[in-house]
Amino acid sequence: MKKLVMIGNGMAGVRTIEEILKLSPNQFEITIFGQEPYPNYNRIKLSNILQGDTSFEEIIINPLDWYKENKIQLFTGEAVTKVDVEAKKVISDQGREVEYDELIIATGSSSFILPIPGADKIGVTGFRDIKDCEMMIKSAQNYNKAVVIGGGLLGLEAARGLLNLGMKVDVVHLMPNLMERQLDPIASSLLKAELESQGMRFLMEKETVEIIGDEHVAGLRFKDGSLIPADLVVMAIGIKSNTMVAKESGIYVNRGIVVNDLMETSAPNVYAVGECAEHREIVYGLVAPLYEQGKVLAERICGKETAPYEGSVTGTQLKVAGVDLYSAGEIFEVGTTKSIMVYNEYEGIYKRVLVRDNRIVGIVLYGDTKDSTRLFRMLSKKEDITGISIFEAQCSAEGGSGDIASMPNDELVCGCNGVTKGAIVEAINAQGLTTLDQVSHCTNAGRSCGRCKPMVNDILAYTLGDQFDAAAAQKTSICGCTTISREELIAEIKEKGLTSVKEVMNVLEWNNEEGCTKCRPAINYYLGMIHMDEYLDDRDSRLVNEKMHANIQKDGTYSVVPRMYGGVTNVADLKKIAEVAEKYEVPLVKLTGGQRIGLFGVKKEDLPSMWKELDMPSGYAYGKTLRTVKTCVGAQFCRYGTQDSMSLGIELEKKFERLDTPHKVKMGVSACPRNCSEAGIKDIGFVGIDGGWEIYVAGNGGVDLRAGDLLATVKTEAEVMELTGAYLQYYRETANYLERTSKWVERVGLEHVKEVLANAETRKELNERMDQTLKKYIEPWNEAIECENIKDKYYAVHTFKAGE
Amino acid sequence: MIITKIRTLVANYSDLPVRSGYSVKMNDEEIALFKVTNGTVYAIENRSPHPKGGVLTEGLVSGEYVFCPVYDWKIALRDGKVQAPDEGQIKTYQVEVKDDNVYIII
Repeated sequence: MKKLVMIGNGMAGVRTIEEILKLSPNQFEITIFGQEPYPNYNRIKLSNILQGDTSFEEIIINPLDWYKENKIQLFTGEAVTKVDVEAKKVISDQGREVEYDELIIATGSSSFILPIPGADKIGVTGFRDIKDCEMMIKSAQNYNKAVVIGGGLLGLEAARGLLNLGMKVDVVHLMPNLMERQLDPIASSLLKAELESQGMRFLMEKETVEIIGDEHVAGLRFKDGSLIPADLVVMAIGIKSNTMVAKESGIYVNRGIVVNDLMETSAPNVYAVGECAEHREIVYGLVAPLYEQGKVLAERICGKETAPYEGSVTGTQLKVAGVDLYSAGEIFEVGTTKSIMVYNEYEGIYKRVLVRDNRIVGIVLYGDTKDSTRLFRMLSKKEDITGISIFEAQCSAEGGSGDIASMPNDELVCGCNGVTKGAIVEAINAQGLTTLDQVSHCTNAGRSCGRCKPMVNDILAYTLGDQFDAAAAQKTSICGCTTISREELIAEIKEKGLTSVKEVMNVLEWNNEEGCTKCRPAINYYLGMIHMDEYLDDRDSRLVNEKMHANIQKDGTYSVVPRMYGGVTNVADLKKIAEVAEKYEVPLVKLTGGQRIGLFGVKKEDLPSMWKELDMPSGYAYGKTLRTVKTCVGAQFCRYGTQDSMSLGIELEKKFERLDTPHKVKMGVSACPRNCSEAGIKDIGFVGIDGGWEIYVAGNGGVDLRAGDLLATVKTEAEVMELTGAYLQYYRETANYLERTSKWVERVGLEHVKEVLANAETRKELNERMDQTLKKYIEPWNEAIECENIKDKYYAVHTFKAGE
Repeated sequence: MIITKIRTLVANYSDLPVRSGYSVKMNDEEIALFKVTNGTVYAIENRSPHPKGGVLTEGLVSGEYVFCPVYDWKIALRDGKVQAPDEGQIKTYQVEVKDDNVYIII
């Protein structure tokens, strides 16, 4: 396999890798170096983090699992310092050397820091990555006066974020108008007035010459001699390409790393893409052109025929502090241009189109950007506008549907992902989509920066006509088969007395008669939760692992993990496991993370006989249920143990095994606060203390690493069982299907859960419902062994010779 | 030119479970049979078109589609086409049902 190395782990580079994997999934062994200690995240959304609208998890585009799934070797927090273009290898700052056949440089850009005295003081930062955001958020906790240098897009977004964080913010700008590269003076002054009303202060036409203070910043000095105080200085003047590694390695660099139309640099087999690359003397900083470059580069690297990248004409769609802006082409009126303007000061809307020789050459829209795609198409296609009324759509009362009607099908709606109006309409019609969520899911439109979502919603409204339900379109339905939400589903099941998955889909008019992999398992769960022991489980609505009672592996084989209560085993069981593993030539025998033994690589048709010979219950290592109760040795043997952790663990596992829960549930029991069973990162964790137990909840050791919160401290094992039963049942009744306890507790609030469980009567009722539910479960492996129908339906393979 | 087609009896129609996969191994080919709600039987290659593979018999069946159990791709049983936003196609086999006999013709 050829070796592909990428320096940089950002949006443009990783998108290129995605394109390569799509074109040719097994051609390369891929290694990525990222200087930041994170997987690829959506840098466009940094300002949302600063403004407190979103969390870091939500802006991750490619989680670590993605790298794993695609067998990409990822080194985070590690920068490449040199490329040896002769020997074809890269060398990292940790001395690691990796050889390549093809090398992509995608190092992006960093904030331009003014080369003035004091720029290195503590409290001075750029605004480019997570680290900068964290630093600003922290400053806001300790200080209250911030100065942002730069009245461009980044600067204004940073300023808005700092206002949200409770700081006083001054914006210093060298030019007389804000965002002078995108806006004309009228739009600029409207924006300034709006931002001033939000509390921002502006110092225009000020050139910063020095940052003053001791170690920490104390203020700024301007060229005119005036001073202002500051505890935090954010420099958002612009970006500069990160070209150091290319330059040091002898690759030709101008403002950026210079590439040709196939994204090739001056060195053989070395390419550059994204904000670090300079193509035909332009360094692009917007996501759409970078993705276009990525596509061309992917085709080039995979050896496919490719149309060369010839540069992008871009329009800038921006949202600054709640104001929609759009600009493209020329900004300033000169002698040869004429303007068409709409100026509605009252509603804060301003639109201007610059025209030369009957053709649009520039667009500025403020406050209402609905016309942007239509106008931009006219600009880029150089359409003759004689006789065309430029802003006619303004008058349509239906909130933009007039726009949609006149929009041609090949017009780009989502610039980030290259989705046209035609593709969206087709998806809506062909797949019967009714919500924004569904459209995003099916077409990718709106999944990067999200700014096109209002437009996508308009297209949805236009395409569906009378059937469009505005409220329904916005809400999160269970899946694409229906518009109803979890709450509505549960209310309907109870009210109408629905008792089967089929009946639910039928009565509630699922638009996809037999549902999908999202709704059917969810409905099956909710029915079982509501009807308790009266519900007949619909095995075919469960996904593969739960249906087969074994974990499917990527080659279609399965794993077998028998129950070992509390991680305690014995000689007889170990012997049986060894014999079965030997007899069936099991390729892998491994201790699992949950203190038991897993047999991996088992053929489907061998499952029932192996289970029979093992004669042990299923460990449910595959289910949305109680997985394991991990225990430490505890007071029976350990000299530190203050409680009998093994006994409690076994009791818990025996009581709650097989219970259906919204997502998997893991428990841990430790006999003392040293916590060898890691109870602090379990859904429910028990820690023995002198004279009792502490119960921790909502811990998570997986994707959302989270320490558990103390729910209660109790004295006896009986109290432990009672509180655990009530807590679990409350989770079962109120969580969304596939919501882990950690997310659920964060959503409903720990205090709320505590309040509910404080009531003895409520606890009693919850436990009664729990006990009634637990009555229905039978051991599934034994059931499969005993029942020929199940064996034949799920585990048989029928072998024939052709022609017989 | 004479084209020879081989007809192989692979199952009894009444034995096929509805909305569920049925594994057949014919020579070295692994085939998944699906009887859908309207009674039609489809036969497809028992291999997910996802680049990393996987099987299809254990997938969830909805109408004339099966969802790949490992990567959740939606695949049309009629023609083996993967539904958007994913892409790909798998082999389908001609099926003949006569009385209670289900044949695969290759």
